[in-house]
Amino acid sequence: MKDASPAKPYALHLGVIILLFALSFVLPDYHHGLLARIMVLAVFAMGYNMLFGYVGLLSLGHAMFFSAGLYGAGLAVIHLGWSVPAAFAAGILCGALLALVIGVLALRTSGVAFMIVTMMFAQVFYLVILYFASWTGGDQGMVVPQPARVLVLGSTSLDLTSPTVRYTSALALFSIVLLITLAIVRSRYGRVLVAIRENEERTKMLGYDTFSNKLVAVVVSGTICATSGAAYALLFGYVGSSFASVQYSILPLLWVLLGGAATTLGPLIGTLFMYYVVDITSGFTSAYLLIVGIALILLVLFFPKGILGSIRQRWLGWLP
Amino acid sequence: MAFGPHLLLAALEGLVTSAVLALTALGLSLVFGVMRVVNVAHGEFFMLGAVLAWAISTAISGHPALGFLAALVLAPLIVGAIALVAERLVLRRLNYNPEATIVATIGMLYIIQQLALTFYGPGARPVEPPFSYRILLPWFGYSGYKLSIIAASAFLLLATWFVLTRTKIGLIMRATQYDSETAQAFGIPVDRVYAGVFALGAMLAAVAAVLIVPISQAHYLMGQDPLLLSFIVVIIGGLGSLRGTLVAAVLIGLSDGIISVFFSPTLAKIIATLLVAMVLVFRPQGLFGTASR
Amino acid sequence: MTDKNGFFDLSKTGLSRRTALKGLAAGAGLAVAPGFVRYSQAQSSASLKIGFQSHRTGIGAAYGRWYEKTTAAAIKAINDAGGINGRPVEVIIEDDGTDPGRGAEVVGKFATQHKTDIVFGTLFSHVVIGSAPAAGEAKMPYFVVSEGHHVASTKLNRYVFQPGITDVKSQIQAMAPWIAANAGKKVTQIFPDFAFGYDHRDYLPPALKAQGAEVIAQIAIPPTESSFTKYFPQIPAETEVIYHVMVGPAVLTFVKELGEFYGSNRPQLFGFIDSLEATDINSPGLEFLDGSHFWEGSPRYAQPDDSAAQQAYRAAVGIDDNGAAVGDPKDVSTAAHMFGCWETLYVVKKAMEDAGYKGPEDRAKLVEATEALTEFAEGPEHPQGPKTFNGKIHQCFGIQNISKVEGGKLKVVHKTKIEDGLYEPEGDYTTQAL
Repeated sequence: MKDASPAKPYALHLGVIILLFALSFVLPDYHHGLLARIMVLAVFAMGYNMLFGYVGLLSLGHAMFFSAGLYGAGLAVIHLGWSVPAAFAAGILCGALLALVIGVLALRTSGVAFMIVTMMFAQVFYLVILYFASWTGGDQGMVVPQPARVLVLGSTSLDLTSPTVRYTSALALFSIVLLITLAIVRSRYGRVLVAIRENEERTKMLGYDTFSNKLVAVVVSGTICATSGAAYALLFGYVGSSFASVQYSILPLLWVLLGGAATTLGPLIGTLFMYYVVDITSGFTSAYLLIVGIALILLVLFFPKGILGSIRQRWLGWLP
Repeated sequence: MAFGPHLLLAALEGLVTSAVLALTALGLSLVFGVMRVVNVAHGEFFMLGAVLAWAISTAISGHPALGFLAALVLAPLIVGAIALVAERLVLRRLNYNPEATIVATIGMLYIIQQLALTFYGPGARPVEPPFSYRILLPWFGYSGYKLSIIAASAFLLLATWFVLTRTKIGLIMRATQYDSETAQAFGIPVDRVYAGVFALGAMLAAVAAVLIVPISQAHYLMGQDPLLLSFIVVIIGGLGSLRGTLVAAVLIGLSDGIISVFFSPTLAKIIATLLVAMVLVFRPQGLFGTASR
Repeated sequence: MTDKNGFFDLSKTGLSRRTALKGLAAGAGLAVAPGFVRYSQAQSSASLKIGFQSHRTGIGAAYGRWYEKTTAAAIKAINDAGGINGRPVEVIIEDDGTDPGRGAEVVGKFATQHKTDIVFGTLFSHVVIGSAPAAGEAKMPYFVVSEGHHVASTKLNRYVFQPGITDVKSQIQAMAPWIAANAGKKVTQIFPDFAFGYDHRDYLPPALKAQGAEVIAQIAIPPTESSFTKYFPQIPAETEVIYHVMVGPAVLTFVKELGEFYGSNRPQLFGFIDSLEATDINSPGLEFLDGSHFWEGSPRYAQPDDSAAQQAYRAAVGIDDNGAAVGDPKDVSTAAHMFGCWETLYVVKKAMEDAGYKGPEDRAKLVEATEALTEFAEGPEHPQGPKTFNGKIHQCFGIQNISKVEGGKLKVVHKTKIEDGLYEPEGDYTTQAL
């Protein structure tokens, strides 16, 4: 947390957003579509990073927040026929409430116990989705009907299934969340979080209520992840239990570690990297997971703090 | 079936689960406890043990027991060697940094899974049990081999306990676990202890897999559940507590079996998982753990 | 990607994506050398491109491998006979990891990167349902070989078809008369506690009731389970038939434990071969199945009365009389399902010819031409048997086989009629906009 002038980081982030916007005009169709998906999932990773990167709490259960948003939004459309904005809000609210409950329980623990407790709650959430299969579609999942995925704003209506609208919505979501995280990280509250990460006892002695600070962080993190899930359901039209499985709890951890924990842009870089490694290698060999595995190990050997984390450490100390 | 026998059957099943779980979790507990690294690839070492058991037992003709015994000896050794290489090549170079090792072991997980898929294939393959004696109870039949798993696991756990508490190797390991810097200062080759512990942890997982493979086949994706359950067992038991790991394994194995008697299966899983999670919420250091370190 | 011919077999790995299923026109040899890939692509610009969404990794990998083999054989046969509309057919394979999220991405990749004419070949239901929105949005005809009821439920969209394999609702309904008449009247069902099992849970009881039999207990087993004995006490003692449809790698355990539980004194057993696809019926522990019955879509073992078409199909795909790969008796196929790939490709051929299909701009015409199909006659193009096709629900209906395990083989003892499996349509895709 260097006290550099705020101009540089904000300029960088605006630059990234402008670059992503410009890319939407030049990218070939396929990469255009893929990048829209990556931006939505990068939001998931940013939510994870809030807690893991800045507070140092390693959760293995964030798939439940993502899928709370996914199901909250998706089922509201499917069963209740809600409009897109209402369903989106419902998804976010589901995630926030779940995060509050889980936070109150899980924050009684710390370290590895926190990791296991969150993993088990996520497992419960996953099983609950399977148990109520008549509403959730169980493991098969459900399709959010295409006609319902239209955003009506006054007299104009935006079809969320059109690639341009989808890209723009994903970018808007990504940008808003990016700027919010940047603001949080640079705020006084953000510094308290880092202080908790570095030394919780000392922070407590300095008079901070670490529990409620951490609880807020869990809720913020869960809400961001749920936002990503809700957007995923509405933009891509499918809700399914595989998004609640432990694999989807490990993925954001992986993305964040690859990109650089506690860096605001790291989640995007990590998600982007992982997607393209899989996409490119699967074009050359059917044994692509082997190459992905080797790539991960090489990366971590040479960039132990993740891509951006290592860059910050070596060259650009001011990176937020 | 009457309630009593039903409960007996569920308890037997739970004990078999516990026996295998205890071995796998003990391996993870050593790695986790001594080295403080989260080994996400632990389940893949388990899977490798099962796959190698299939390969070895099909390569050896004659009585099934021959192939099985060969697998019981060879598979863990091979897996241990692989783990040793992985530790030297990767983990040591990362200085056992907790975050970096997570990524690295996820990488190992992908590599091992892909190699198994490529060379072993996507199918589930059975290994013939060394003997197939069916114990006939008044209410139902039960596999004699399954009961022998409980005995074998108990023996191996005792042996591990003996090594850890009654030998010099165990003393060195415990010293490293307690305070690796001080251990280093006292001339303990911490570096080599780590390598040994990592290999030993993988071997325990492999042994557990060889034991279970005659009743549940070898499959390249079989590593995930043991991994998750082992993590749960290690933490519930209390980090670094051998006794805790054992008790937690029995508790989780039995509760899984017995709760299924009373509730519909998926609901039973939900309740069992929630109960165990609550244990941790109200006792974060685990059942037998000392206060947080 | 197979156990035996994996890594070092260039014909498998080197060309995975632009796979060499290009028949004579491209020549497999040319495509192997990386430098020639671009060249062969340019040369085949006149070819029709089929995007094959394959389960190469993940839980579906055992099926994916055999779906690829069957597809390769069918494409070779089609190309040898002059292709479709006089153009060679090329298959491009992408792995979906048996994951619905990745599945949707793969469909997007076919539509926007490879620009394939259709997408084809998905098996696992959750991947089909996860990918269907992407196919509908891209207006990409999507031909699945899944046997799930999802297509016929009309909950997907107008671009999704299942013309090569009967859906599970119809299969179940067709089994009921035989079970009631030959196996027993009191049935206990054991099924996995997820969607595949729910089809059986929901459709079997009414079908049996219509035949004067009843389901007396339903035991749902969680998908994460790896041992089953603890559930067996829930099987009522008066059970005459156990109807089992477990799937996944733990299924051998299921059968073995059932054997240990009952010994020789067991009720009748009736199962869906899905349980044991790609698994040798003579594996240790499966002796218990001797004398029990299975549903099979297409028989695994060669039957004495096999038609010439069936024999030719088996030879083309490369499976021996025991349903294993020629030359590797341990590599057992997924015979009961994979015929669907072969037949679906011939349906695609027929529909493309009817539509005078020229390129992606004709996709809507292809959809309508497919919907207009009504019947597929048994023959080299449909070796499993005759089928009818309902264009309103995009689903075909064919005959089913009931086979008995006898002397380590599956012997067909009964073939159902198409009418046995017909049901009231639940909707109509043709009313949706194209």
